[in-house]
Amino acid sequence: MSNTAAPRLDAEAITSKERGQWELVFRRFFRHRAAVVSLVIFVVVVLFAYVGPFLWKWDYKIHSEIPSWAAPSLAHPFGTDKAGRDMLGAMMQATKQSLNVALVVAIGSTVIGALYGAVAGFYRGWVDSVLMRFLDIMFVIPFLVITGALAGAIDTSVRWYHMAIILAVFGWTSIARAVRAEVLSLREKEFIEAARSAGGSDWHIITKHLIPNTMSVIIVSATLQIAFAILSETTLSFLGLGIQSPDTSLGLLIDAAGASAFNEHWYLFYIPGVMIILIALTINFIGDGMRDAMDPRQTMVRR
Amino acid sequence: MVVFIIRRTLMMIPVLLGATILCFALVDLSNDPVQDRVFEIEQSTGEPVPQSTIDALEASWYYDRSVPERYWIWLTGLGDTNDDIGLLQGKWGPSIEGSAMDIGTEISSRFWITLRLVLFATIASIGIAILAGVVSAVKQYSRTDYTLTFLGFLFLAMPIFWLGSLFKEGAVQLNKILGSTVFQTYGSGTTGFQGNGWAVFVDSLPYLIVPTLVLMLGGYAAISRYQRASMLEVMNSDYVRLARAKGVRNGTVMRRHALRTALIPVATFAPLALSGAMGGAMVTESIFGWRGLGVYSLDAINAGDTFAVMAYVLISGVVVLIGVLISDILYGVLDPRIRYE
Amino acid sequence: MANISVSTSDKGRATGTKGDTVLAVKDLAVGFPTDDGLVNAVRGVSYELRRGQSLGIVGESGSGKSVTSMAIMGLLPKTAQITGSAKLEGEELLGLGDAELSRIRGKKISMIFQDPLTSLNPVYTVGYQLAEAIRTHYSDISKSEARARCIDLLDSVGIPNPQQRVDAYPHELSGGMRQRVVIAIAMANNPDVIIADEPTTALDVTVQAQVLEALEKAREEVNAALILITHDLGVIAGHTDEVLVMYAGRPVEHGSVDEIFYQPRMPYTLGLIGSLPRMDESRDQRLTPIHGTPPSMLNLAPGCPFRARCPMHQDICAEVEPDLLPINGSGHVAACHFSDQLEGKAPDDVFAPVATDLSVEAEVEAMDAEGAAAADEEDK
Ligand SMILES: Nc1ncnc2c1ncn2[C@@H]1O[C@H](COP(=O)(O)OP(=O)(O)OP(=O)(O)O)[C@@H](O)[C@H]1O
Ligand code: SF4
Ligand SMILES: [Mg+2]
Repeated sequence: MSNTAAPRLDAEAITSKERGQWELVFRRFFRHRAAVVSLVIFVVVVLFAYVGPFLWKWDYKIHSEIPSWAAPSLAHPFGTDKAGRDMLGAMMQATKQSLNVALVVAIGSTVIGALYGAVAGFYRGWVDSVLMRFLDIMFVIPFLVITGALAGAIDTSVRWYHMAIILAVFGWTSIARAVRAEVLSLREKEFIEAARSAGGSDWHIITKHLIPNTMSVIIVSATLQIAFAILSETTLSFLGLGIQSPDTSLGLLIDAAGASAFNEHWYLFYIPGVMIILIALTINFIGDGMRDAMDPRQTMVRR
Repeated sequence: MVVFIIRRTLMMIPVLLGATILCFALVDLSNDPVQDRVFEIEQSTGEPVPQSTIDALEASWYYDRSVPERYWIWLTGLGDTNDDIGLLQGKWGPSIEGSAMDIGTEISSRFWITLRLVLFATIASIGIAILAGVVSAVKQYSRTDYTLTFLGFLFLAMPIFWLGSLFKEGAVQLNKILGSTVFQTYGSGTTGFQGNGWAVFVDSLPYLIVPTLVLMLGGYAAISRYQRASMLEVMNSDYVRLARAKGVRNGTVMRRHALRTALIPVATFAPLALSGAMGGAMVTESIFGWRGLGVYSLDAINAGDTFAVMAYVLISGVVVLIGVLISDILYGVLDPRIRYE
Repeated sequence: MANISVSTSDKGRATGTKGDTVLAVKDLAVGFPTDDGLVNAVRGVSYELRRGQSLGIVGESGSGKSVTSMAIMGLLPKTAQITGSAKLEGEELLGLGDAELSRIRGKKISMIFQDPLTSLNPVYTVGYQLAEAIRTHYSDISKSEARARCIDLLDSVGIPNPQQRVDAYPHELSGGMRQRVVIAIAMANNPDVIIADEPTTALDVTVQAQVLEALEKAREEVNAALILITHDLGVIAGHTDEVLVMYAGRPVEHGSVDEIFYQPRMPYTLGLIGSLPRMDESRDQRLTPIHGTPPSMLNLAPGCPFRARCPMHQDICAEVEPDLLPINGSGHVAACHFSDQLEGKAPDDVFAPVATDLSVEAEVEAMDAEGAAAADEEDK
């Protein structure tokens, strides 16, 4: 046996060396050109929102020395609004608030959704049935109505964290479904059995084995959740059911710009709109790139 | 089949009940219209409101009882009522806007306006999504594919309210350029729903086009991505290869074997698209000044009009559930492996 | 049954032929551009197939058996780079457009795919899919005629109750039944050539035999030439007359069943035979598995692709890839620099520890030392 046992592989026959899983993931991600470009843009947007206010002389508030309705110029690159607000400063604040909401929602809803989905998939049986029926109920409830009603009920003026909590509490269902599906297929794998027979508690198995092994699904969903949150928050704010002045949000800015898409104040309308699109678009591409990198089966776009 | 539909319909009742209970609790607990009204009156008259007025308000809106009791009476109308409440008896409950704004009347006049918009938009978005997804898949990695994929991503990232405002102003500009009112950008029609169906349709067409377009673009992006993925998967399947090996022409294979099978998973997305369009309708209606259900729900939320909000929740829930039912039926029609027991 | 006549070189055997050449494949090569580079899945396959004859193709997973056949059928993705020639009754198949190919596919040449469970479209009845094969080529046939023919076909591949089964959906049939339906589809238009790509691998053993029988019957009935692709040398022995052994995208040996089984002249073939349990052997023969895995088809290094696993390899093997050379006048060819040394060797002479031939033993030892060294390196 020993004579022929060792498979001898010529060095040149080995074309690709064993690489760490994460290194592979990174390599695949960086091959997704749209995702990489998007990541760069997204980082710039984040810097704009969080670092920008320290560098720019105007904040988002109304100042008497700012002229009203000034077209974009060096003094006010994004122009000013009717009340005399520097739009660059306002954009920084609005983007920051919208991103705050989006990031908290992404984290919060992912935690809720992942746990919910993992529990449903892990226990199956009646626990799963009950949890799934509840998801059906959530699906039937009109999202904008319930989140709007709750936001409208807040007595003080609505701040970004109010919106973040409300959106997170109602926005986790898609993650729960995705994680449950993944857990259902994982559950049969040996290592879960091994962990069980080793006497691990259910909670231990769920948090230490199931959730880490559904990480790729969770990370992708959490990323896409940022886009979902930013669109929901701005929509609610636009409808007057979200963040309220004196605070600001991209949705509020567009609402204030109202019908100026084709008049001389076009910049008031397009700049915040493009910012929302930029964030949601880059996030979707990043999420797509991550899905490509971590789960090549589901490739949607190549290169 | 009939048995299947009846069974599924029965299964929807607990879901609907659960949804209304949850919504009722949240909406009801989160506002107090009596207090708001009292505050309003005090503001306008400058005098404290007598307790008797408060009691009367409470009694007429059923705020003299607990939340569970109020839900129960809203649902059944059983017990001590003013004969204006009880869903099961066809009464929607009192609106805090007074009896001039009777919920039932409002809703029945607005329902068709919204449904028409939502249905047109959903059907159009599914149709276009299928088309775009299939073209994308068949021309995988071509310039067309990349363009369509990018457009899909773009519309996925575009907030409906922004797109709506843009299109509305765009239509206004277009009207100016053309010197005539091709697109109506405010309201949903001149006749309401009088006259025969065709006349109403023709009348409302100029009003309908732009909002439908907006909703449609908002909805199509997500589905087209799934249609593309599903089509690609089927195109690489063994049975499509076998069909080609039999000598069936490529175009026929795509139509008869690939598309036919790739449509199955998309049936799942129909209810999702429908519920998305219901939400989107709130936005487009408010932008285009429609007197539809979506705007009604927004006003109700702002006014803290619990029974009116609940009416919207119920109707939107029923619409979505009917969408689910249709998609289940469609699923069974498209896929012989699914049987209605 | 007819003998097969296969030739990998211009000096094809002239004996044992029956009928004319129906399919002539020459220097067929297929490359797939991928993110990592060009995958040379097939690197020069040539053979000839005469009417009514049967060729077995064996080789490890990934050796290019399916890709070769699909290139002939024109079923590879558009990105595939295909060179060489495949002539069906003198008509070049490679490079034909969809219109011409559709005329030929399913009528003159048909193919049975690897997995019966996924080969049928789940949304159409088997009757529909069978009739489609007929009506695509004979549009004047009425629906009822086509249906009658479908029932006949289902009957002839051994499906019980064909009148009812014709209206069944694929998911209502067992795997074996589905594969028979696929065979029925392949024989529907009396093709000249049937390519069966591992028609039985997904099926359990008892069903395998029945399906092979159905295939055999189909071939006899329509007098087609058969290409039978398989991992299973036992199937080859029972159902074909001539064998083509593929390794790393190339034929490495080629001859009649007897030649391949009893006088293999290429170490890989020898290893394949050695890993086959043989009931008919009187002596107590040990199984001699071939260790290691085939090389990556991406940037294949020069030299013999089998050398990493070959106990007999020499320095030259790393430099020059051996050509397919004739062993004798009969048409038996093999690609090994040392094929003459293999004359009369049994598998365990080369692959097993108890080798009697000193030179082979030396080889084995040398290899082992290297293997151990390599293992040591890996450990570090
Ligand atoms: N579309 C493709 N793109 C890239 N590489 C491919 C493609 N199709 C096949 N290959 C590669 O070509 C090689 C040969 O594959 P092929 O399917 O012919 O093997 P096989 O001999 O039929 O194996 P098996 O016995 O498993 O069926 C494999 O390495 C495979 O990865
Ligand atoms: S050429 Fe060399 S490496 Fe290749 S099979 Fe022959 S002896 Fe082995
Ligand atoms: Mg194969």
